[in-house]
Amino acid sequence: MGKVLVVTSGKGGVGKTTSTAAIGAALAQTGQKVAVVDFDVGLRNLDLIMGAERRVVFDFINVAQGDANLSQALIRDKRVDTLYLLAASQTRDKDALTEEGVKRVIDELRDRFDWVICDSPAGIERGATLAMRYADSAIVIANPEVSSVRDSDRIIGLLDSKTLKAESGEGIEKHLLLTRYDPARAARGEMLSVEDVLDILSIPLLGIIPESQDVLKASNVGAPVSINSTTSAAAAAYIDAARRLCGVPVPMTRPTEKVSMFGRFFGRRAA
Amino acid sequence: MSVRPTQAIRFKGRSYFSLTLAPELPLAEWQNRLDAWLERSPGFFSRNSVILDVRDLALDKDGFLTLLEGLRERAVRVLGVEGGNADWAGPDLPPFMPSGKDVRTPDSETETPVEACVGANRDEAQAPTLATTGNAIRHASPLFIDSPVRSGQSVLNPDGDVIITGAVASGAEVVAAGSIHVYGALRGRAMAGAYGDETARIFCRSLEAELIAVNGLYQTSDEIDPALRKKPAQARLKHGMILVTKFD
Ligand SMILES: Nc1ncnc2c1ncn2[C@@H]1O[C@H](COP(=O)(O)OP(=O)(O)OP(=O)(O)O)[C@@H](O)[C@H]1O
Ligand SMILES: [Mg+2]
Repeated sequence: MGKVLVVTSGKGGVGKTTSTAAIGAALAQTGQKVAVVDFDVGLRNLDLIMGAERRVVFDFINVAQGDANLSQALIRDKRVDTLYLLAASQTRDKDALTEEGVKRVIDELRDRFDWVICDSPAGIERGATLAMRYADSAIVIANPEVSSVRDSDRIIGLLDSKTLKAESGEGIEKHLLLTRYDPARAARGEMLSVEDVLDILSIPLLGIIPESQDVLKASNVGAPVSINSTTSAAAAAYIDAARRLCGVPVPMTRPTEKVSMFGRFFGRRAA
Repeated sequence: MSVRPTQAIRFKGRSYFSLTLAPELPLAEWQNRLDAWLERSPGFFSRNSVILDVRDLALDKDGFLTLLEGLRERAVRVLGVEGGNADWAGPDLPPFMPSGKDVRTPDSETETPVEACVGANRDEAQAPTLATTGNAIRHASPLFIDSPVRSGQSVLNPDGDVIITGAVASGAEVVAAGSIHVYGALRGRAMAGAYGDETARIFCRSLEAELIAVNGLYQTSDEIDPALRKKPAQARLKHGMILVTKFD
């Protein structure tokens, strides 16, 4: 039985899709079977980031409605052969997904994969609550700025009330992934500090992903950053986050710009 | 036409917590206060409709209609009217209600925003147990919240204190008939003594609130002394003003 993760944030454009692809690819590179699932009906993106947009024949809604079976709809990655994509429909209405349909697809994916990673749409409406509904665990994406953190807080409230895990009383596991962290701006005090964000959201930190050109470059060539530029700081941070998900105690490194910045940064924090 | 067997219409009993708006005389002055209040809480009445309590106003029908019109202009939606004269009733007017159970003290002044209720103790049997002795109120069971109150959530205890062991997020709201205790950071809104209790207080471990209110008197974050920001503090009423002090 695999583990179902939802990648969610409330606010749009904070890095959910980027993170779904990068963590999915990093997990798959360890040999585990991974399915990344796009829940963003009508605004699908994950297929582009995975470089599979021309290979989509059947999508999530086709499977949920019984028009195709899962094997027909799953697209196997050309680079990592344990990585699969289930695309969202770009043309259908988002009300085409029902709770029962989603449950059936997720149950089947859970049987067949070690990890099922659901890329949630932004917002707090039905699409987002459907994406989190059957998850065992959540990765909450936040950028170090006030509006993103507040929206993440809101999403955590929903995770604690609207998921099956929460309703059963078991509770849903939550991890914070802080993305687009810019050490230079952090040093100038232009962004919330890691401590501020952790203090507000009070859930465990899974990783800090630096703001990086490599993310854009990777998405332009249609590859998760953790496959495309494995030596970049962003890829390394995603790979570490994936290892922490598997229970490996990887020490948390904080993105830094230069050594001098590093000194100033910690000098300030200690004050 | 075929005759179908009569089907019973089903009614379900359900009780709701609603806010009562009780205008005071002279009405013009009360309306000015309402306008000032609305400026600070715009949009409040788009989220909350109210019962209009006209018991103490000695209105005639015209006065009543004028009052309703004034509320309508301010986008206050009136669910029902309490204490009105049954002769005034009309199809385009809100229904007249039998008297509700009071969870306020008789001297309560201002009503307070309530958005929703999360985890509040809504046990009907326990609801109307406020006992008044002079001005002091004996509150019923406190409401304990052991998880952080997240943005968009509201916690409400119409019977007594609210005790929160975690933080209250920006965009969250806590409303209590009694006092509010927050053992984490208070970053959202806290309204103590919300049904009329000038002895209620707010305690928190780190004061970063967007708004604090006791007995309907408000202070927004801009009005709170910056020296108290992020400090452990308590707020209470003194001489009709909110007094915030730091714990050392
Ligand atoms: N670490 C990063 N460094 C630089 N750019 C980034 C980083 N992470 C994400 N981005 C960029 O931010 C934009 C939004 O990212 P992404 O599409 O992953 O967000 P999202 O949360 O899925 O958005 P939506 O809510 O629209 O689905 C993209 O252009 C992406 O390339
Ligand atoms: Mg996306």
